[in-house]
Amino acid sequence: MTPPKTATAKKVDIATARAPRAGSEELISGSEAVAHAVRLADVDVITAYPIRPYDTVMQYVSQLIANGEFDCEYIVAESEHSQFEIVKHASAVGARVFCGSSGVGWLYAFEALAVTAGLRLPMVAMVGNRALDDPGAFGVEHNDALAVRDLGWMLAWVATAQEALDTALIAYRVAEDKRVFLPCAISCDGAFLTHSQSIVNVPTQDMVNSFLPPYDRAEKQLHPDNPITIAPQANEDWVMEIRRQSDMAARRARDVIIEAYDDFNAQFGRGGEPFIERYMMEDAEVALVGMGTLAMPVKVAVRKMRERGKKVGFVRVRWFRPFPTIELQDALSGVQAVGVIDRDYSFGASFFGGVLANELRCALYPMANRPAIVSFIAGLGGREVSTDNVIDITSKVLDAANGGDIDDQDTHWIGVRE
Amino acid sequence: MSTGSVEVVYRGIFQKTLAKNICRGIVFAAKNEGKIGIAFGRYSDSPERNGIPAKQFAVVADTEEEMEEHLSRYEPDNNDVTIAADDTLCKGVESWAWYGLQPINKLLTEGGTLLVASTRSADKLIGEIHRKGKPYNLATVKGTASFSGLWVYKDDHTDVRLLGALAKVAPHLVSLDSIVATISDPLKVTSAKKAYDLVESVSVNTDQGNDEVPFEFEMPGWTKMEEGLVIRGMAGQQEVPGRDGGYVPTRNPTFKKFSTRTMRPVVNFDTCTQCKICWLQCPDSCFDITPDGFYDANMEACCGCGVCEAVCPVSQCITMVNEEAFTDNAGQWEMWTKDKESYSGWLSEKISQPPARTHGFHHLGQYAEEIANDPS
Repeated sequence: MTPPKTATAKKVDIATARAPRAGSEELISGSEAVAHAVRLADVDVITAYPIRPYDTVMQYVSQLIANGEFDCEYIVAESEHSQFEIVKHASAVGARVFCGSSGVGWLYAFEALAVTAGLRLPMVAMVGNRALDDPGAFGVEHNDALAVRDLGWMLAWVATAQEALDTALIAYRVAEDKRVFLPCAISCDGAFLTHSQSIVNVPTQDMVNSFLPPYDRAEKQLHPDNPITIAPQANEDWVMEIRRQSDMAARRARDVIIEAYDDFNAQFGRGGEPFIERYMMEDAEVALVGMGTLAMPVKVAVRKMRERGKKVGFVRVRWFRPFPTIELQDALSGVQAVGVIDRDYSFGASFFGGVLANELRCALYPMANRPAIVSFIAGLGGREVSTDNVIDITSKVLDAANGGDIDDQDTHWIGVRE
Repeated sequence: MSTGSVEVVYRGIFQKTLAKNICRGIVFAAKNEGKIGIAFGRYSDSPERNGIPAKQFAVVADTEEEMEEHLSRYEPDNNDVTIAADDTLCKGVESWAWYGLQPINKLLTEGGTLLVASTRSADKLIGEIHRKGKPYNLATVKGTASFSGLWVYKDDHTDVRLLGALAKVAPHLVSLDSIVATISDPLKVTSAKKAYDLVESVSVNTDQGNDEVPFEFEMPGWTKMEEGLVIRGMAGQQEVPGRDGGYVPTRNPTFKKFSTRTMRPVVNFDTCTQCKICWLQCPDSCFDITPDGFYDANMEACCGCGVCEAVCPVSQCITMVNEEAFTDNAGQWEMWTKDKESYSGWLSEKISQPPARTHGFHHLGQYAEEIANDPS
């Protein structure tokens, strides 16, 4: 297989790149961290509509405004649909915007979400991942954000409050790059990240200013001095060309993300490898793959398995769109078996697997020595994924690696009551 | 083993039911003959918009395989018959998947028949129809354009009259007997048979017809198109060509839309008070401002909606006139400026004919009034 012509990133271990830098150390939640990023990015227009767990970020943003620490247009809309429509239009006139939602609130905005990507408006949004309302369910599941995966939205998943802040700054830089001009959603696991506080380095305004240039829509800015129409009716005679342009923007996003991480690492002394985090992968024989905060129990389980002499590693997918095909092929090329833990579902999909498992299987298919892939579904609706759960998962993956009788053409539900 | 197809070009919304009825008649008649028939619509814009040129097709085949082969194309381009339900469509249409002005006979096969409902003679119609590189026939069924609306259908027998005529000009597609077998009303059967007997057909050679080259344009590829669905405003104003002063807005050179027009405004510049209301209210900004302050409806941009006539405060200053009374898109103000007396004569002649078409129904009871006043 010929590797695609594209840049590859420097490998940086997040754990070792944590030297304290200028800025302040604050004990804040993931939502507060995003609110700080929004303040530091000097966002112009923010719209809000309450839904758990996203609403914490709107509370913190309004607190910053009330405290005189931040100035922006802050509009509480009457629904998510209007919430996203307002920032969509604000973005077209050249305002840097922020928005967010959770679960079915995000889906209520779906029409605006689809058009935002189609119109190439670089909105940055925070999704507080939430189950799709089996009435009132507010625990984490990733299906809400994943619903826009085919539309041109860039999708990042974060595991810590620090990463939430950093990724929000990176998201503005990537989304607003002229080569990209696509919206970006940062997914934060409901409760586990949105409501969990940890010590976060909040950088100074000067540091952020030197990393993040102002949003410049240039000749595409909707303004009386620049008479243009945005989004005229487009039928079969134009739509395919428009889709092809979005396709190329999504391809170009890859290199822009790599550049942004290189600069971020240089400027802030942290940030890590773009796209994926590799944990104990150097000599791993089997690997686990997942997204978001389940990294924590997985890392604990990986260490426990290592104590038992099992060469287990973990790859955390940080960006789902653009999908890190090259990085995952590289990270998983040496292992015999991979266990994918989906905190989502795709009922009726190939092998009944989750979205990540099927996307990964597809990415690894062209490899000459592709590993066996066992897919797992765990932690739905905010259920705990315990260390024991992950040890159970790892045992099954080891079984697959050793030619055991584990069925790798089925999907295993972990932590579900029989 | 054979297939055949009929293209029905009609005006949305006024003739949507009419076109549907014609195609249904063809499909049921084919079924009566043991053939397979199918009907489908094609349109450039919503066929619910007033006057927009739209299409219905009816395809007849002996076998399922032949039908599939025929339908696997985007749009049948070798129709046995093209029916123009309104004769002003003979000037050409801006059609779906066609970028520019499509001649009405463009999709007609060599030796096929263009069937038009019209009160005019074949000779007059040929003058409007663009030349075709191949010979074809022009058949006419005498009748005014049958226009109704979204909620009403004026059952004036135009559907069965065109079906009867179709059986005459294309007997290989459907016979009169099978057409008649689909009609339940005995009076309508009589109409169909009468049209079969009375339809007139002449052959049209390659050197006959309008020799204007219809406008066309190339669409840019994705690497040339501006990203983000951005369309640049066209800069600047222009003066009236060949004059000092005036204002002609820059218009989209590719989507002109004038083939939607079934009536056009004519302006009496002698009574015009230059109040600007037509210029303000025209939804298509079709009025050019002349150097002497008049408002001249530009026929490359006018859709014929009639708003200007409705809002003009001066009695009989702007009058909507049947589109069939015109052979070109020439400017009226130029004509008036050149020779005011002869313009006055031209104007009187144009507005002497009562309107043959409608712009939809604006008040309760209007449909009943029109039926009562319809000379046909």
